[in-house]
Amino acid sequence: MFTPLIFASILPEILILVLALILFVVEPFWKEDQRRNAGWLTAGGLFIAMIISLLFGQPGEPTAVFGGMIRFDWLGFFFKMLFMFAAAVTALLLMDHEKAGRRGEAYVMLLASVLGMNLMAVAADLVMLYLAIETASIPLYILAGFILAEDRSTEAGFKYLLFGALASTVMLYGFSLVFGFTGTTDLYKLAETLAAGNLSLPISFAVTALVLVGLGFKVSLVPFHFWAPDVYEGSPTPVAGFLSTASKAAGFAVLVRLFFVAFPGFAPSWTLILAALSAITMTVGNLLAISQTNVKRLLAYSSIAHAGYAMIGLVAFTQLGAASVVFYLAAYILTNLLAFGVVMAFSRVTGLETLQDYAGMSRRNPWLALMMLTAFLSLAGMPPFGGFVAKVFVFAAGVQANYIWLVVVGILNSIVGVYYYLNAMKYVYLYRMPQEDEEARPVPLTRPYAIALAALTLGVILVGTVFAPWFGWSDAAALNLF
Amino acid sequence: MNFPILSFITFLPFLAAVVMLLIPANRKTEVRGVALAAATIDLLLSGWMYLTYLLNHLTGYQFIETYDWLPALGISLKFGVDGMSAPLVLLTGIVMFTGVLISWGDYDEKIHLSAGIQDRPREFFAFLFLLAGGVFGVFVSLDLFMLFFFYEIAVFPMYLLIAIWGWVKTREYAAMKLTLYLFVGSVVALVGALAMYWTQYQNTGVLSFDMLLMENAGFSPVFQYIWFLPVFLGFAVLGGIWPFHNWSPDGHVAAPTAVSMFHAGVLMKLGAFAALRVGVMLLPEGAKQWSWLIMTFAAVAVVYGAYIAFVQPDLKYMIGFSSVSHMGLVMLGISTLNYNGLLGAGIQMFSHGVMTALFFAITGMIYDRSHTRQIPELGGMVKVMPFAAIGFIVGGLVSMGMPGFSGFVAEFPIFMGVWGSQWLVAVIASVSIIITAAYIMRNIRQVFFMPMPEALKEHHITDVTALDKVAIVTLCLFMIGIGLFPAVMVPMIETGVQNILRLLGGA
Repeated sequence: MFTPLIFASILPEILILVLALILFVVEPFWKEDQRRNAGWLTAGGLFIAMIISLLFGQPGEPTAVFGGMIRFDWLGFFFKMLFMFAAAVTALLLMDHEKAGRRGEAYVMLLASVLGMNLMAVAADLVMLYLAIETASIPLYILAGFILAEDRSTEAGFKYLLFGALASTVMLYGFSLVFGFTGTTDLYKLAETLAAGNLSLPISFAVTALVLVGLGFKVSLVPFHFWAPDVYEGSPTPVAGFLSTASKAAGFAVLVRLFFVAFPGFAPSWTLILAALSAITMTVGNLLAISQTNVKRLLAYSSIAHAGYAMIGLVAFTQLGAASVVFYLAAYILTNLLAFGVVMAFSRVTGLETLQDYAGMSRRNPWLALMMLTAFLSLAGMPPFGGFVAKVFVFAAGVQANYIWLVVVGILNSIVGVYYYLNAMKYVYLYRMPQEDEEARPVPLTRPYAIALAALTLGVILVGTVFAPWFGWSDAAALNLF
Repeated sequence: MNFPILSFITFLPFLAAVVMLLIPANRKTEVRGVALAAATIDLLLSGWMYLTYLLNHLTGYQFIETYDWLPALGISLKFGVDGMSAPLVLLTGIVMFTGVLISWGDYDEKIHLSAGIQDRPREFFAFLFLLAGGVFGVFVSLDLFMLFFFYEIAVFPMYLLIAIWGWVKTREYAAMKLTLYLFVGSVVALVGALAMYWTQYQNTGVLSFDMLLMENAGFSPVFQYIWFLPVFLGFAVLGGIWPFHNWSPDGHVAAPTAVSMFHAGVLMKLGAFAALRVGVMLLPEGAKQWSWLIMTFAAVAVVYGAYIAFVQPDLKYMIGFSSVSHMGLVMLGISTLNYNGLLGAGIQMFSHGVMTALFFAITGMIYDRSHTRQIPELGGMVKVMPFAAIGFIVGGLVSMGMPGFSGFVAEFPIFMGVWGSQWLVAVIASVSIIITAAYIMRNIRQVFFMPMPEALKEHHITDVTALDKVAIVTLCLFMIGIGLFPAVMVPMIETGVQNILRLLGGA
């Protein structure tokens, strides 16, 4: 029963668990001023885990392991690498956080959450899926409310917990309906049962809707998005960055597998629902982002809108559509982590996070300003950054599937996006501080920020220029769905 | 010819931008040096490329380079120039070179002259070169995806360049307006391009963005009829076509001098060129169906732009609207879809690019010294800056279409072409020649030859710098050269026109 394949399939998770345990044991022995090294340990450990997994844990033919609980394939593997990378970067950004950086628990929670996300990406059974989602979510509830001394952080944690608990209960009800009607929880067997057409139309709508409540909460689709701005604003900035990237991508990993593998039987009904949700999500996210004055809230609404763009690929329901979703998420994770990283680096020194406080930033630290420009232009979908290519692929998939109206909505939205992203850059480059003494108030970067932000900037540019390998991996991942 | 000259020309500005960003911010001279070196190399390379094409009597697409970029979706980095795009590559080289020269940013303590770019020149030149690289990329791309890629790269630096270094009063408004107009245009065209891509796949089973393959994609007349307008107008927004021209004069006025030069000199050609290459050449049936509409828009632009330019008291607005009028002539030439009209459009793109770059350069020099652009407040400039005066007059003569200058070589075939297509439109459009002559001569008289107003004498107005003179001479040489020896450009553009006519079915 236990073959090397089984170990290979959960090799990254084993390594993450080992890393978390090491951290638990080592960290209490460190002195107070050494505690931030837990960030180096986490980031370095995750990096090594990624290399080991790439060397020994690569999937071959898609196989079901652990009695069908886990699907060992490229789709899951690619997402796992993305999550681990995002977590490593988040650990680096967390290191110099004043209130959370020197507490080992934060890093352990981060690792626990990644463990759950990794399992979300490969779960092939509804029971496993639910467990994975909860494993990923509960540490995040704690991380969002990590700074007990701050009311808004506590509020963020509590709000996230309440919304999350409610959403996952509703989703669980949806799962139980599926089980009740089909008698199986295995996603791949579900497909066969559902293809036989023994689910009436109202039931299929109900199942889709219930499941979407839970996953829509994870990826912050409108109308399940209300938590996002408040939670992002209140939680520690690196955690907000992690929530808006890895956690969202994990939701998409589940969406893709669930809808493409288990529910193709009633594709016409769910593509329609998803198309409507995608259009609403993009529009609401972008329109609300225009009037934001707090950078974290602006990024929260922008990340809502980006979930909408990525959905276009899902709606297309083709191999290119799936590949474009995966590609979009890869580009988006790099870009948004960069954006939150810049916000974190800036507010660490200044303690400020409204747009007005960014006035004169290009004189205070030209490099940080350039990195912010890279992130925001990529979010706006401008070349040569990852966001442009990702958007074109998603739109191409939409046009191919004849969803031209949805692509047009997407395009109108990206115009709105260009407006508010450039508007934010205006503060950075154009406006000056009231005293015009920017040179006397530099914004220095500590080493973890310099490393993390430089890596992310290079990544964003690489995805946007040399996109063939990234698309190749995304396509290989998408191939596993058909 | 193994040297990849086109990719060298295209990627050199990007490389230079990165190098400049790596130089510490306070080493301003080094930054300018890198900028000038890169611009000079690019000018020489594009000149060499141009001469090679011309002297060897080449036809069709030349200097072709192909690198597979994403074979799974048929995206390749395919570069090549034909008779239509080679002059525009040279034009970009010229404007880039002169733009760097006049932005050098000398600061003279004695007379408080601060011409050019003083504030953060490192970022300025880096963004300007990103823009230049994008422009080169569009002119040489034979792959539709890459064309869009470079097109967008050419759009967004404009926002930063105008918003950061522009004229304080209108820069935020103008920069955002310009960016939104151009972005809307390009994404509308993008949807059209994606539709073309998938339809080609349905028709021929070829999954490719290669425009040379798309020429044979067999798009149905209905498809062309539907998609021609979004694609053509989407690009033509950047070409300043009426009624979507509104961003252009505002952008010109708000932009710093070198950016105005790029904007009017090269970017507007980018729009016209892309509209021609993607709209007319890939959807020729659609072009025939809709040419009446394009012609109407263009005719309105020609006359209306000239009239607005006539009543403008602001020198930069005057040139901005004259650009709308002259680019209207380009569109008019394209809309005839006949030999003469297209030939004239091709020459006019080059001629207007050089001419308007010169106008904006000299306007910038005047403004840096007098701190006003209101025409009635200016005067007597010929005494202090005779060199600039001569340059402005040469530009004016080109603008009026005087024989012996490039403007005549360009405008004459356009009007011949329009006459052959719709004589009435030619008559209406020719009104603009009179209006143009009127406002150009009036302004030359006021700005250069009237006595200098008292208020202006306090400003310590000085002559232009040596670098400015190099820029003026370079630009004038090209305008006079083509005017006197049309053979250095016309045969080349003829080969480009033949290629377009082949696609139009010898119409």
